[in-house]
Amino acid sequence: MAVLKAGSRLKSAVCSSELMVVVAPAEDVTLTCGGAPVIELGADAPAGGEVDADHKNGTQMGKRYTNEAGDIEILCTKPGEGSLASGGTALEIKGAKPLPSSD
Amino acid sequence: MNLMMLLEMAAGAYGDRVAFQNGSESLTYQELFDAAGALAADLSDGRTQHLAMLDESSLALPVAVFGASWAGVPFAPLNYRLTDPELDSLLDQLQPGRLVTDEERAGRLGARVDANEGDHYVSVSTTDDLLSGARADGASLREEPWSTEMEDTAILLFTSGTTGAPKAAVLRQKHLVSYVLGSVEFMGADENDASLSCVPPYHIAGMAGIVSAVYSGRRVIQLPKFTAEDWIATAREQNVSHAMVVPTMLSRIVDVLEEEKDAGMPNLRNLAYGGGKMPQSVIEKAMELFPDTSFTNAYGLTETSSTISLLGPDDHREAMASADEAVRRRLVSVGQPLPTIEVSIRDVDTEEPVAAGERGLIFVRGEQVSGEYRGKGSLLDAEGWFNTRDGGYLDEGGYLFLEGRMDDVIVRGGENMSPGEIEDVLLTHVGIQDACVIGIPDEQWGEAVAAVVVTRKDAAPSAAELQQWVKDRLRSSRTPERVEFWEELPYNETGKLLRREVREALRDDD
Repeated sequence: MAVLKAGSRLKSAVCSSELMVVVAPAEDVTLTCGGAPVIELGADAPAGGEVDADHKNGTQMGKRYTNEAGDIEILCTKPGEGSLASGGTALEIKGAKPLPSSD
Repeated sequence: MNLMMLLEMAAGAYGDRVAFQNGSESLTYQELFDAAGALAADLSDGRTQHLAMLDESSLALPVAVFGASWAGVPFAPLNYRLTDPELDSLLDQLQPGRLVTDEERAGRLGARVDANEGDHYVSVSTTDDLLSGARADGASLREEPWSTEMEDTAILLFTSGTTGAPKAAVLRQKHLVSYVLGSVEFMGADENDASLSCVPPYHIAGMAGIVSAVYSGRRVIQLPKFTAEDWIATAREQNVSHAMVVPTMLSRIVDVLEEEKDAGMPNLRNLAYGGGKMPQSVIEKAMELFPDTSFTNAYGLTETSSTISLLGPDDHREAMASADEAVRRRLVSVGQPLPTIEVSIRDVDTEEPVAAGERGLIFVRGEQVSGEYRGKGSLLDAEGWFNTRDGGYLDEGGYLFLEGRMDDVIVRGGENMSPGEIEDVLLTHVGIQDACVIGIPDEQWGEAVAAVVVTRKDAAPSAAELQQWVKDRLRSSRTPERVEFWEELPYNETGKLLRREVREALRDDD
């Protein structure tokens, strides 16, 4: 299980998803992708892992994922088949109205 | 967090798209990534701790921005209008480091700074060499990944110094990445979108424009030397869809287009402006000339990593169409804070929050707000608020109106007055084209109000007439005791009125 620290880079243990922590939760929670705890970006994924059928909604590049409380925020930097959950609760895409370009 | 992560995502998702274009030369996102990696390898020589660039926009600029981030070295774009002695004082703060500049300057500056020993040196090379080295066949990329440390300094920007010696604002990786993530949609641009960049690299909008464009996947066309004619021609030839200009640029563009018969810019979907006060007449004329263009007014500071408040296209249309004076006035506001930014208006003396409609100091808070100068530390208070030292107020709808720098406030007999308020009244006079109000020393009141005005052609209002004009509309204490008539007012190249120069000129007159 990787440490969740703002700015740290993570990846899924069971799909191609790569992630960055934007907002780290104050307390220890288990972040999963595809049903399996995420690992450090540089770590080797254990062999034979598969995406759990209940965590198969995928991650989309450039989207930020958060929970209802907003105390965790994860950016997808590379997409994959697995979807994200924090402490067993699925994370949702942070809906933001696109802003007009200002620079 | 690191700006390189944003470029890595761009190269991964749309590496073949053109990222930057300058004349006939261009760089795709993948080429930019590779060049940044090669520059990072070159910078990782164990002694270079700063990368400074003193040149106009070129393809080397984005390579330098991202290459420096990869190498973990702060990037400092310098103002190429500075004199050599002024530059020396900046370079003193960038040692040990590397300066990249044009050929003429490289020859002139090289010997002097290279003569220093040990840690006190700045090596000098040319912009062309940086780009060709980073793009050379077989150039190897830095092997070590970039740091993910959020506190690393990404960019050092010397503030424009309208009020004193330049200070280096520190923008850390976390500030710039937060700004991009909070305000730009990844790959939000259409493949055919192109934005025209004419803001100099040493301006925060120039830096923010580079990182925003990369994350949105938009092609950036660099226009290093702004002229209204070139801007219009390039925008038409290249089907430019987005552009950002400062008020003086838009004013010149409007002047040129008014002379044309078919003054259309049908492909220009979005025109953003900021960096100074936009005269209402200019924006109204521009909206008439570009009926198909969406306008966005952006307000931000170097210390806030660019934009913190926006007046969007819908706000512009609503204000233009409204019969309600309060809504119509919003056309000269800077709109509403970004969703990721909090704004609080505070009393000048007590720094307690004031009610809507009341004037005060603008305080801001958010992840992108740095509020830090090198050698001086963070100016954020314990709760993370930054005092912009800009004056202003929020209206009932939460729209932010600016009233100039608090350092420019005139204190007459204990009464604080904002020059902007008096200037606005002068500008409503039909004979006045431009106005600058400052405080001048006064034995009785401490300070007295002085106005320097530029009259329109064929108009010659007298000083007495203008004094009466202000007196009829504001309190008598705000009536200028002295009125001077000038041919033009001094502005810096990004459209900021140089009040210091006006102040000095009036003092020298005495």
